[in-house]
Amino acid sequence: MSNIRKAFENGKAFIPFITCGDPDIETTAEIVRAAVQNGADLIELGIPFSDPTAEGPVIQGANIRALSAGITTDKVFELVSEIRKDVKIPLVFMTYANVVFSYGAERFMSKCKETGIDGIILPDLPFEEKEEFTEPAGKYGIDMISLIAPTSADRVSMIAKEAQGFIYIVSSLGVTGMRSEINTNICDIVRVIRENTDIPCAVGFGISKPEQAKAMADISDGAIVGSAIIKIMEKYGKDSPRYVGEYVRMMKEAVSEI
Amino acid sequence: MSQSKGRFGIHGGQYIPETLMNAVIELENAYNHYKDDPEFNSELTQLLNEYAGRPSNLYFAEKLTRELGGAKIYLKREDLNHTGSHKINNVLGQALLAKKMGKTRLIAETGAGQHGVATATAAALLGMECVVFMGEEDTKRQALNVYRMKLLGSDVIPVKSGTATLKDAVSEAMREWTSRINDTHYCLGSVMGPHPFPTIVRDFQAVISRESRTQILEKEGRLPDAVIACVGGGSNAIGSFYHYIPDKDVRLIGCEAAGRGIDTFETAATVNTGKIGIFHGMKSYFCQDEYGQIAPVYSISAGLDYPGVGPEHANLHDIGRAEYVPVTDDEAVNAFEYLSRVEGIIPAIESAHAVAYAMKLAPAMDKDKIIIITVSGRGDKDCAAIARYRGEYIYE
Repeated sequence: MSNIRKAFENGKAFIPFITCGDPDIETTAEIVRAAVQNGADLIELGIPFSDPTAEGPVIQGANIRALSAGITTDKVFELVSEIRKDVKIPLVFMTYANVVFSYGAERFMSKCKETGIDGIILPDLPFEEKEEFTEPAGKYGIDMISLIAPTSADRVSMIAKEAQGFIYIVSSLGVTGMRSEINTNICDIVRVIRENTDIPCAVGFGISKPEQAKAMADISDGAIVGSAIIKIMEKYGKDSPRYVGEYVRMMKEAVSEI
Repeated sequence: MSQSKGRFGIHGGQYIPETLMNAVIELENAYNHYKDDPEFNSELTQLLNEYAGRPSNLYFAEKLTRELGGAKIYLKREDLNHTGSHKINNVLGQALLAKKMGKTRLIAETGAGQHGVATATAAALLGMECVVFMGEEDTKRQALNVYRMKLLGSDVIPVKSGTATLKDAVSEAMREWTSRINDTHYCLGSVMGPHPFPTIVRDFQAVISRESRTQILEKEGRLPDAVIACVGGGSNAIGSFYHYIPDKDVRLIGCEAAGRGIDTFETAATVNTGKIGIFHGMKSYFCQDEYGQIAPVYSISAGLDYPGVGPEHANLHDIGRAEYVPVTDDEAVNAFEYLSRVEGIIPAIESAHAVAYAMKLAPAMDKDKIIIITVSGRGDKDCAAIARYRGEYIYE
């Protein structure tokens, strides 16, 4: 069974996204630990990419800061090895297809297994192209996480049937970033997913406030937050672990409320 | 398991967010329906001929031929099209297709501004809304084209992210498309991006070689020995090559922007310096570092200043059917001035890359050989920038 399922055994899951290397790798490790201590159930670690086409301005900024500070894929693997000494919750990478492809998919997956990564999210890898990555991933027991969007329509069941780890439901059209309202009918998407698979699904894109996270977690298995956390990191820099920790605690409490 | 579509050898595919998948599938279905529809084709031909001024001339550059002293040189005059470049061929096709699909809004990226101007023009003609994304750096290099787009009723959004050039304009147009799909068609300007764009754009640009093949057979009674075109994403080049691909004796030569040289970091010569990667919806060659971070490329030509190349070109390179040669800023500027002086034709600085290579190739060929150079656009837009390159500061 996928290790990722453990993230959904502690009530509704709260999943923070953290860009690795912003402002530096040491701070990233502290932020991850602060998130874990405050109730994060699974963490998405972003490997920065020069041209993140699925990201809004906030996460684009984090990518640029981290790359300027010298982050590389190898340094991210070192970071994962280091935090795996004490961090036990599932960890997944969120990056772009070229980061994995240029490293060599097989070599990348083997490093994931070696360092303790459980899954990979590639927002520019749709269902039709996934085989090239799911094959090497499968060899090393790494889950390739599928995304389902508000525009997926007739594609939801096809994607759900072959999904691994958990399903990332994209809440809204457009790129990542905070939104005041989420209008998509997530319930319909979740219903179709449930008809096709029993793997968990969590909602991301646009969530920043506790009430939004609770609303999304109520109709799925969890909530994913990226830009709001990156905002905190942008504001507090090296001092951000404490503030990210406080935010994660507040969000985990919100999704756990009945 | 659904299979990957739109492959050229190992290149191409559809590496895009799930949010856009149904949009590209809808586009593919519509294109497959309309491409053989007699009414669509007659409307498009009408627009190309009556509005854009096709067919474009295949002009025997007698003086250029004499000066260079080798092969006979013909110029395929895409610079004479309405809006001043080959971009209009693709744009009229896509805009008409979008209109048939019920879309009311076009978005586009632009580098030099030629594709942006063409899209703004088609939008004005067909009564559609239009938003053009342009790197902020390029809005400065090509200020005249920004004004033209606005004059034509389009919004121009300067893109500040990344290197603020063409690749960032593409990224931003893709981001915009994911946020508004229902009424919006992304009118991609080159043979790149996810399937079906490389195929659609190539088909609409193939009019260049369809015409030139007929024209050269009329004038010379035989096919050319070489066809030369500049390559950024590669739309005028694939259009210039396409109908000659089965003719193995016709050399197909794509001229990449080497910027300050392929041994420097200030280059945009993708096939010559890049490696295989996945970016902007496609697998192809990209300028990138060892970790797959896309390189901040450079060329004097805003239209060739792109770190990737269309997947069909990547495959033509792999199978050895086409050659891709680097041409530096200096060589292109010299050719820009040379063609202006010798033939009275001011080429776009992009097209000047193709002219520059022909200036090297033609003298080495026998006088009974034939070269066709595609002059993909006219150079009025570049005059101020070339003047600056030569240290002369003029007002546009």
